[in-house]
Amino acid sequence: MAEEVKLFKTWSTPFGLRVVWALKLKGIQYDAIDEDLSNKSALLLQYNPVYKKVPVLVHNGKPISESLVILEYIDETWKQNPILPEDPLEKARERFWAKFNDEKLLPSIWDAFTKEGKEREEAIATSLENLKFVEEELKGKIFFGGEKIGLADLVFGWLANLICVFEEVTGFKIIDERFPVLLAWMQEFLELPIIKDNLPPHDKLVIKYQALYEKYHPAK
Amino acid sequence: MDENDVKVKVLGSWSSPFVMRAMIALNIKSVNYEYLEERLWEGKSELLLKSNPVHKKIPVLIHGDKPICESLVIVQYIDEVWSSTPSILPSDPHERATDRFWAAYLDEKWFPSMRTIAIAQGEDARKAAIAQLEEGLVLLEEAFGKCSKGKPFFGGDQIGYLDIAFGCFLGWLRVTEKMSVINLLGEAKTPALLKWAHRFCSDAYVKDVMPETEKLAGFGKMIMAKLRGAAPPKS
Repeated sequence: MAEEVKLFKTWSTPFGLRVVWALKLKGIQYDAIDEDLSNKSALLLQYNPVYKKVPVLVHNGKPISESLVILEYIDETWKQNPILPEDPLEKARERFWAKFNDEKLLPSIWDAFTKEGKEREEAIATSLENLKFVEEELKGKIFFGGEKIGLADLVFGWLANLICVFEEVTGFKIIDERFPVLLAWMQEFLELPIIKDNLPPHDKLVIKYQALYEKYHPAK
Repeated sequence: MDENDVKVKVLGSWSSPFVMRAMIALNIKSVNYEYLEERLWEGKSELLLKSNPVHKKIPVLIHGDKPICESLVIVQYIDEVWSSTPSILPSDPHERATDRFWAAYLDEKWFPSMRTIAIAQGEDARKAAIAQLEEGLVLLEEAFGKCSKGKPFFGGDQIGYLDIAFGCFLGWLRVTEKMSVINLLGEAKTPALLKWAHRFCSDAYVKDVMPETEKLAGFGKMIMAKLRGAAPPKS
C-alpha cells in the first residue's frame, strides 16, 4: 500500500524538529506542512482538536499528536534504526529523561529566558540544578542512547541548536564550562549528518527569539 | 534469571493516584510485591531519596536493585518485563498512540485542574478549573466510545493502559464532587464514563488498592488546611 506521511509543524518549533529528525533517521518520506500559528489551517484544527498545536503526524489519514507520542509511534511503525532500545530498563531510562526534558529542563530554561527579576533568578537556579542532573546522566556516554542516538537525544536535541540562540539574544551563558559532558554531547550531536542537515537557519532563529525576548522584556 | 525470582518493591503513598497505577499494573501481571508506605508529611525516606534523586517523588518501582520512576514509565516497564498476557497496552501502534495521548492529557491538563479547584483563589479561578474538568470529561466520554468499541473498558474486555491512567483519579474525583458540591460524572453528559467508573472501581485488580472516598476526603481536608496555613480540622 502506498504510504502517506504528513507532518504539520512550524519552521522553528523544536517539538516538530525532533519528529523531523526521527523521520530522517528512519529514511521515511513525508510531506512537511509549515503552519502559521497566528492563522492555523483548517486541517490542523481538524487533526488536533484537543490542543490545536503542532506537531501533528498524519499517517495514511490518521493523525497522531504530542511529540513524544509521535516519536514512539514512529519507532513502533517503522522498525529500522530504532530510537528505543529492546531492554525494558533502558527503555524506561530513555522515557524518564525525555519526560525530564519536556516537564522540567525546557520549561525552566524558557522561564529563565522570559521572566524578570526574582522569578528570573529562581528560574536560572532551577535550570542549573536541572542541567546538573543531565550532566550526571551523560557521564561515561557519548549519547544518552549510548553509542548511537535514541529518543532522549532527539528530545534534548533542542539544546544543541537553540541554547546558543538564547545565549546570543540574552548575553547570558547558561551551559558553560561547569557542564563539560553536556557541551561535548552538543558538539557530537550537531556533527551527525541527520541533525546537521536538518536545522532551522540560525540567523532566522536569532531574529525570531530577539523579537520574543523584547516582547517579554519591554524597554521601560 | 526468572523474573519471578527477583524482588519487587513499590514505594508509595496510600492517597496517591500515581502509585495506584503501578500497583494495578503489577496486580494484572500477578506479580508479588512489597509495598512500602512513605509518610510524606514526615519527611522522605533514605530509600526514596536514593531511588529517585531527580524528583524525590513516589511512586518508585524497585525491581531487584533497579529503581524505575514516573508512574506511566513504570506501567509500561511492567507491561514489557512481564510480557505474558494479559497485556496492558494494545499491540497496534495507532491504538497505543491514542492511549498515550490521553494519558498525557490527563496528567498535563486534566488532573492539574482538579488540584487547582482545591487551592483556587477566588470564585472565577474555581469556576474556570471546574469548567476545564468538565470539558475534559466530555472529551474522555467521546474517547471512551472510540477506544472501547462497545466493550466494558478503554482497553476492551479487560482494563488496559488508559483505564489505569484515568481510573486512578476516580477517588479524588469523588472527593472533589463531595467537597465542591458539584456533579462531574453524570448521566446527562458522561453516561458511559459513569458506568465505566463503577466497573473500574469494582475490578478485581483495582478494588484492593483504591482508597475509600471518606478516608481520602478527610486527608484532602487536612491538606487544604495545611496549604491555607490553618490548623488541621479534627477528623
